[in-house]
Amino acid sequence: MISLNVNGESHSIDADPEMPLLWALRDILNLTGTKYGCGVAQCGACVVHLDGEAVRSCVTKVSRAGGRKVITIEGLSANNDHPLQKAWQEIDVPQCGYCHSGQIMSAAVLLRENPNPTDADIDAAMSGNICRCGTYPRIRKAIHLAAAWQAKGNGR
Amino acid sequence: MSQQNEATTTSRRNFLKTAGIAGSGLCLALYFPSLAKAAKIVNADEGGVDDVEMNAWVHINTSGKVTIFCHRAEMGQGAYQAVPQIVAEELEVDLDKVNIVFAQGNRKKYGGQVTGGSSTVRGSYKNLLKLGATAREMLIAAAAARWGVPAAECFAASAQVHHRPGGKTLHYGELVVSASKMEAPKEVKQKARADYKLIGKPLKRQDTVLKTNGTAIFGIDKKIPGMKYAAVERNPRLRGTVKSYDDSATMRVPGVTKVIKVKMAVFNTYREGVAVIANSTWAAMQGKKALKVEWDDSGFEHISTEDIYKRQQEDLATKEGLLLKKVGDPDAVIKKGGKVLDVVYQTPYQSHSCMEPLNCIAHYQGDKLEVWGPIQGPDWVQDFLSKEMGVAKENVFINMTFLGGGFGRKAFLDYPHEACVISKEIGAPVQVVWSREDDMTQGPYRPGVSYRCEAVVANGGIEAFKVRMSGQNTDHWDAEKSTKANGSTSEGFLKPYFEAIGNVSFSDVPFETPIPIMWWRSVYASTNGFAYESFIDEIALAAGKDPLELRRQYLKEDRIRKQIDKLVEVSGWKNRKKNEGYGVAMTECFNSTVGQVVKVSRGANGKVKIDHVWAVMDCGWYVNPDTIRAQVEGSIVMALGAATIHEITFKDGLVEQKNFYAYKMPRISDIPFEIEVHIMDNDAAAGGVGEPGLPPFAPALTNAIFDLTGSRIRKLPFDMNTI
Repeated sequence: MISLNVNGESHSIDADPEMPLLWALRDILNLTGTKYGCGVAQCGACVVHLDGEAVRSCVTKVSRAGGRKVITIEGLSANNDHPLQKAWQEIDVPQCGYCHSGQIMSAAVLLRENPNPTDADIDAAMSGNICRCGTYPRIRKAIHLAAAWQAKGNGR
Repeated sequence: MSQQNEATTTSRRNFLKTAGIAGSGLCLALYFPSLAKAAKIVNADEGGVDDVEMNAWVHINTSGKVTIFCHRAEMGQGAYQAVPQIVAEELEVDLDKVNIVFAQGNRKKYGGQVTGGSSTVRGSYKNLLKLGATAREMLIAAAAARWGVPAAECFAASAQVHHRPGGKTLHYGELVVSASKMEAPKEVKQKARADYKLIGKPLKRQDTVLKTNGTAIFGIDKKIPGMKYAAVERNPRLRGTVKSYDDSATMRVPGVTKVIKVKMAVFNTYREGVAVIANSTWAAMQGKKALKVEWDDSGFEHISTEDIYKRQQEDLATKEGLLLKKVGDPDAVIKKGGKVLDVVYQTPYQSHSCMEPLNCIAHYQGDKLEVWGPIQGPDWVQDFLSKEMGVAKENVFINMTFLGGGFGRKAFLDYPHEACVISKEIGAPVQVVWSREDDMTQGPYRPGVSYRCEAVVANGGIEAFKVRMSGQNTDHWDAEKSTKANGSTSEGFLKPYFEAIGNVSFSDVPFETPIPIMWWRSVYASTNGFAYESFIDEIALAAGKDPLELRRQYLKEDRIRKQIDKLVEVSGWKNRKKNEGYGVAMTECFNSTVGQVVKVSRGANGKVKIDHVWAVMDCGWYVNPDTIRAQVEGSIVMALGAATIHEITFKDGLVEQKNFYAYKMPRISDIPFEIEVHIMDNDAAAGGVGEPGLPPFAPALTNAIFDLTGSRIRKLPFDMNTI
């Protein structure tokens, strides 16, 4: 049995320790907001936070998450009101929407570490996340908007 | 190739005939279930709140909650927004209070549901407006009858009917039972476009919230009680059969419960594979990796990309092919000689590579079959599965989830069929998830196409324009011999050119391989556009004309002229500076015309970079301008990838790109430039939106690069870093 703390809730799951965290979240805990895209850390659809760091859950063994804090898109905010989620909604960023859990989770670490990112900072932090629909111009705008809201203290 | 060739898949021609992709001519009577009969209560609620069917798209419950059905797939393009936005306008309900539900596959009820050809709005908006207005008039009539006042004194707003003089109000829930029993009026008054409150407005998408907190359910997210998971090892050479397999290592993988051989449809034939059944996706995938399969793939082993283009270009050098369309006599003009241009363009095979890999859930229960998945054509899947699985059509239920991308791939029938075959074999509901590698290496692909373009340039204009195309034909899914030219040979080429040039011909030099191919966003316009709009640019140079002015000379339609004016205005075309390259291209696709201007320059590192893209879309009547902008932006990013970053190549019958490390995608860092989208306002009939923004980008870019550097790019993809 592996003890997992996901979005503030403790779980004890019976999983192959080699199983990637991605599949434990999706198939065992039924948290399907975290997506499978490539399985080889190329696309970023599976990004979650492990003790506050953005990790690709498709290549993170579930055993590695044992005893640590996992945050998924479902737990990023209580009411879908993280500044990034609000900015994504304001700018209508998603098209198909499949990659955006990972996009938002990557961006959340960027904004926490760098509250006022430049375009180059955004490129560096977000280049691991593929969007096949090509919403990149809107992702960039939304991150700047969330940063501006956060700076004014009214990000929510 | 396998020997089971006589299978019966739906051919595209059949499909076009029956599914009516470009819109159905359904008569309105079909939409209304209850002509002067009992109310059709579709979902009686224990709490006494009954859901009443007003028509196929509109249900209203007795507490007033309005449900609008989306009969088309939502794959990012905005059907989930556009369909309810249209219906809600005439129905007089607030969009953010409506419950939006995907309809099941049912062509009798909804007309064609295959979400392709950018057809959702253009194919159904007239019907949707009319059925929304008709339902509204019936609700008003019910209120007027109840109050004993003339209907003309009543009006509807925000899901309520008001009696103007009396100040009385009833909400739709109080009226729906009596309204639904009324006879639908044959003629109803529809709103003028100027009076629209929803249509034409950049309303926020109703699916955005679901897509920012992980609650949108895509096919891969769906769970069914008792569901097993499966991964399938398919022949790496795309078609063919299993000789033998060894599952001893697979059966030792924890969680794996069963291994079976499966045979699934692929167009007119079948392919075989070995399915691993397990209690999690991961276990199934691990079990699959441990399989040892020996394949029979005779017939496929020699396919190589090099050979494909060699054959195409040899044919184009010597063969005339099958004529699709001819105006005047271009051959006679070319024979006379003079300033003749004769060049070849080449475009690559492409993978759709939707971010959501293929997946599907099927539950086969003998006389009943239910399917859930990211499906672009639920009615088409219903037909196909009914036939293949031997279940009566009315007992085949196809449920669409959100699609994590589609681009044409998810209109294909193979992956739902495969899930059904496995469910039947194991006697349980099953979800089949394709790995990224499965998704990328199994096709079907956009075909790689070569073009030979010839022109005679004289007197500052075009005397003759002749095109021959050679590439696989998506009409030949049934593998019939090519006796007719590919009907899409001139797709993308602006129609006014034909008469204005006077001597024009388009021919198809048939080219076949066993590689499965499928529509890829904007279909042939995506490759044709590159060839034809590059060639117009080459002609302009030869004629000593400005490329935009040459287009203006031949595109004399008022609508296109206005669009060219807009392009000139927004891009600053006439004020181009030294050391800036400007390129333009205009293509027509699914009844919309898009013009784009790309500006490039050399960066500090000496490399060519894109500075700005201006796009002007003319799609006639439209629903949501922000969706249009988003679709054009996304189309440009996708086109950039296909033009400069990725291609599918074949060697010894195998696809060489297996995942995103080899089939690289544009990243956010590849899009530092601004994409500016303008929409023409006119009252022309609605055109497509999801695809037409893609074709002009590649030629506008290569034309801009030529303008800057003098280097002409005739083969895609090319590497921006090497110019």
